Amino acid sequence: MSVTAPSATDSLRLDGLGIGDLAEINLEVDPGEVHCLSGPSGSGKSRLLRAVADLEPHGGEVWLGSQAQSSLPGHEWRARVMLVPAESHWWADSVAEHFSDAAPADLEALGFGLEVLGWQVSRLSSGEKQRLALLRAVSREPAALLLDEPTANLDDATTRRVEAWLVARIRERGWPVIWVAHDRSQIERVARRHLWIHAGRLVEEEQGAWT
Amino acid sequence: MDVIALSWWQLALAALMVVALAGCTAAARLGMSRSLLIAAARTVIQLALVGLVLEALFATERLHWVVLMALAMLLIAGREVMARQKRRLLGGWAFGIGTLAMFLSSFTVTVLTLTVIIGPEPWYHPQYAIPLLGMMLGNTMTGVALALDRLTDTAWRQRAVIENRLMLGQRWQEAVGDIRREAMRSGLMPMINAMAAAGVVSLPGMMTGQILAGSPPALAVKYQILVMFTITLGTGFGTLAAVAAGSRRLFDGRERLRLDRLSIPRS
Repeated sequence: MSVTAPSATDSLRLDGLGIGDLAEINLEVDPGEVHCLSGPSGSGKSRLLRAVADLEPHGGEVWLGSQAQSSLPGHEWRARVMLVPAESHWWADSVAEHFSDAAPADLEALGFGLEVLGWQVSRLSSGEKQRLALLRAVSREPAALLLDEPTANLDDATTRRVEAWLVARIRERGWPVIWVAHDRSQIERVARRHLWIHAGRLVEEEQGAWT
Repeated sequence: MDVIALSWWQLALAALMVVALAGCTAAARLGMSRSLLIAAARTVIQLALVGLVLEALFATERLHWVVLMALAMLLIAGREVMARQKRRLLGGWAFGIGTLAMFLSSFTVTVLTLTVIIGPEPWYHPQYAIPLLGMMLGNTMTGVALALDRLTDTAWRQRAVIENRLMLGQRWQEAVGDIRREAMRSGLMPMINAMAAAGVVSLPGMMTGQILAGSPPALAVKYQILVMFTITLGTGFGTLAAVAAGSRRLFDGRERLRLDRLSIPRS
């Protein structure tokens, strides 16, 4: 499966996006690139991602390649520009019911065996939920990813493992990615650009400027 | 028909016993006597007024008076549906959806029953039309109110789950599917339970009344079956319409969950 899927070559472009305190946000993320986003809590990072996924009314437009957000039905847009929230939610009892297609290689890369599909969701720890939520989103083969603190509940070793798997997949598929993160060493490892939300605007932070 | 006439002094005896009950609860400091007496007084006044209206209606037998009465009943039922929801849709949608759902189902089924099945002459004969519509509306109202309340309240409490399903690219119908099923269930369960228990656990009120009024039990049973089926039809289609329209209104044209369209309950 992971070999045959076509790699996307569309960039993700925010054009004058406005939501809450944020106004006129312009940003272009090229295929296969990760842009990390930081800012104090309450500064609107998560809401910005929600606007890009079109989950809340907002101003401006978002483009995936030449396709505008407003030109597609909501569910089709969100199937392409997929948001993985900081806290995942599960509607069925067993893990398997949430997956249409989970590759054993991916499960293994995230530290699971195939038997995880038979587990009850109520038995999962927060770290397990977070890793499975990432796999749940990635296995639907989107065209861009929006990650809201995807490793917040993981220990250091698992964080590195999940990070490596994610970055490899992002490069392979050519997904443009906006990644909300706080840990500076993580940002250095995964991001090409690091943006900071300051006073309702995105400010670029130079690589290495914080050392 | 050989009904024994009831006079007011006979009712006064029953009322005296209610007053005695109120006296007992007051003596035991259970704090129910006041609301008990108010409710009893409301029963007397409301039913006496309705009796007068029905007497007048039966005497004239004019279509426009029957229609006026039916509309008044519908609007009061619509208000009641709205009042029974904890988190209701804003901007008149709670009233509008409830009233329209009841109008579509109750009125259609009542008119069909009158014209095709019972066939009184004329078809809007108030002796048949008003009681039938009253029973339909009363039950449809309960079903629609329960279903809409369950729908909006569950959507509110499970907003994060619904939104996570949307994020994964599901259509709004799929994301709210479980909640719609639950709402349908709570709207229809009372009627399904009533049909299952009819005659075994409880003697339905309408049949009991007809037998008290001197009808042969076999005829009363037939009417009761007819009424139960029509009530189920009205409740079912009314709930179906209300849940479909209500759940659609929870999402906007971009398939976003819009809980800002719900009121905040006064605790």
